[in-house]
Amino acid sequence: MSERLMSEHSLLEITGLRVGFDTEEGRVQAVRDVSLRLERGEILALCGESGCGKSVTAMSIPRLLPPETTRLSGSIRLDGRELTDLPESALRAIRGKDVSMVFQEPMTSLNPSFTVGFQIAEVLRRHEGMSRTAARSRAVELLELVGIPAPARRVREYPHQLSGGMRQRVMIAIAVACSPRVLIADEPTTALDVTIQAGVLDVFRDLRDRLGTAIILITHDLGVVADVADRAVVMYAGRAVEEASVTELYARPRHPYTAGLMRALPSAAVTGEDGRRRLTEIPGLVPPPFEDPDECAFHPRCPRAREDCTATRPALEAFGTGHRAACFHPLSTAAGGDA
Amino acid sequence: MADQTLSAPLPALAGATPGRARQVWRRFRRRPAAVAGLALVAGFLALAVIGPLVTADPAAQDYSAPLAPPSGGHLLGTDDLGRDLLARIAYGARVSLEAGVLSVLLAMVVGVPIGLVAGYYRRFLDPVVMRLVDVVLAFPFLIFAVGMAAILGPSLRNVIIALGVSQLPGIIRVTRGEVLTLRELDYVAAAVADGAGDGRIMFRYVLPGATSTLIVQATVGIPTAIIGEATLSFLGLGVQPPTPSWGVVLTDAQQFLDQAPWLAIWPGVMIALSTLGFNLLGDGLRDALDPRSVR
Repeated sequence: MSERLMSEHSLLEITGLRVGFDTEEGRVQAVRDVSLRLERGEILALCGESGCGKSVTAMSIPRLLPPETTRLSGSIRLDGRELTDLPESALRAIRGKDVSMVFQEPMTSLNPSFTVGFQIAEVLRRHEGMSRTAARSRAVELLELVGIPAPARRVREYPHQLSGGMRQRVMIAIAVACSPRVLIADEPTTALDVTIQAGVLDVFRDLRDRLGTAIILITHDLGVVADVADRAVVMYAGRAVEEASVTELYARPRHPYTAGLMRALPSAAVTGEDGRRRLTEIPGLVPPPFEDPDECAFHPRCPRAREDCTATRPALEAFGTGHRAACFHPLSTAAGGDA
Repeated sequence: MADQTLSAPLPALAGATPGRARQVWRRFRRRPAAVAGLALVAGFLALAVIGPLVTADPAAQDYSAPLAPPSGGHLLGTDDLGRDLLARIAYGARVSLEAGVLSVLLAMVVGVPIGLVAGYYRRFLDPVVMRLVDVVLAFPFLIFAVGMAAILGPSLRNVIIALGVSQLPGIIRVTRGEVLTLRELDYVAAAVADGAGDGRIMFRYVLPGATSTLIVQATVGIPTAIIGEATLSFLGLGVQPPTPSWGVVLTDAQQFLDQAPWLAIWPGVMIALSTLGFNLLGDGLRDALDPRSVR
């Protein structure tokens, strides 16, 4: 019975999510109608520019948004269980246990007053009711799992004794300590040196492979997406504008915004007249989150925009299996489709 | 000293990160004023703890030598009843230490949790608590302490309570201010994301970050309390004769200023030196505990 039910729905289903914040200047609508699914053992990338709503979407899952000013509607189901109407106490039991997070800033995300071993053990003792000694030895195993050398020694060290990459690994160890079903990583490699990024991304891939953890990876870096993600959702101005498997997305991007993001990647640099390789930027800025006219939000920056783009808002349409994009004039050709 | 500076970089070269306490001590040691403060405080503590054990009975009267100037028999002289001033000052140090430390302790034990909760529940509790604090802060510290002591009645215990309560608003303010900054830090947000409850976040994540500031605040609060005790006792609202407190000794000395000025000078010097010591120590700790003040 429960077996059958389990297989009927995705691990995480977000439907019609809208998140706004009341500010003195009025309501800021950060997320406008986002629906997405996360399957078991899948690495899903949420990408887009700053302010597109990707972080807010992810933070709404364990509801880590200021309750006084946040206006949230829609449905978030984890394994069929609705999270949006849970009280704070029930959410607290889910945070760090079923849904855990890794933040962008490893340098400041650890408590400087306690050893890293203590901080990992604390989560285990709280959520799993482990004894002090059991939690301590598990902490060593977890440090090993995230690729920290000499874990038995490191476990007794304080955050200030570790490098940024090490600290981010410790953050990941804390996040996966209770074998969460969903791990949300918000720009986990942005603050790290490029040389260290690959190692940390390996940790995520390894966790998925070994523990089957489903991961939501929030990033503005499409290089990171290509590296680890299975599927990607591209967001713009609080909406999902394109969604596809990563291979499909890179081979056949449909939305001009996705194509623009790809042209901004260093690997897609165009060689200019002076022989230098140049990155292509998307002109213009993300629209302010106050108004929401019934039109394509990307049209002012879009090279393919026509009159109908301002007439009404395009809906997500299917372009083959699992590939959807919201555009009236989608790209049809391969790789970047020189517009 | 020379071999210390030579050996200091060695552990760092060996890859061992020095503990925080050692780093703080290293920064502290480099400040002459801080070291002087520490020495004064150590001297004061030694006087308060050991002094009464080795000096004469502060209540014993030497009828042969009332108001005697400093001499071999009475190193600092005697008062009008022939009591040994050194013994009375040593006992007075004990009273000052008790009043200083216990009143600050009282203020910390009560004030830190209030400030912590007020700063944490910023929307509901904070406005109420802070307005009450403002009301108390509107009175000058000593006026408030004098009023409290007058209501409670004169005794050392009541002096400690009066001084403790008078220090309370300052402690609440400082704690709450620290909490307001600390609660916005990334690792607090990370703790929330890991499912930590309010109590745990307050005591495990927010409070430890405030310890440096609170240690300094306590160290600076002690001299204020020492002066407060002396003032209250001087006014007759504190420790009662014949128990010797620096304030009591000063009161007695008042009438004999022209005949036996040492009676007023020594307690005055002691009050000045002990408060100076704690203030220098507090400043030194503030600089040493703040990693941004590296020179």
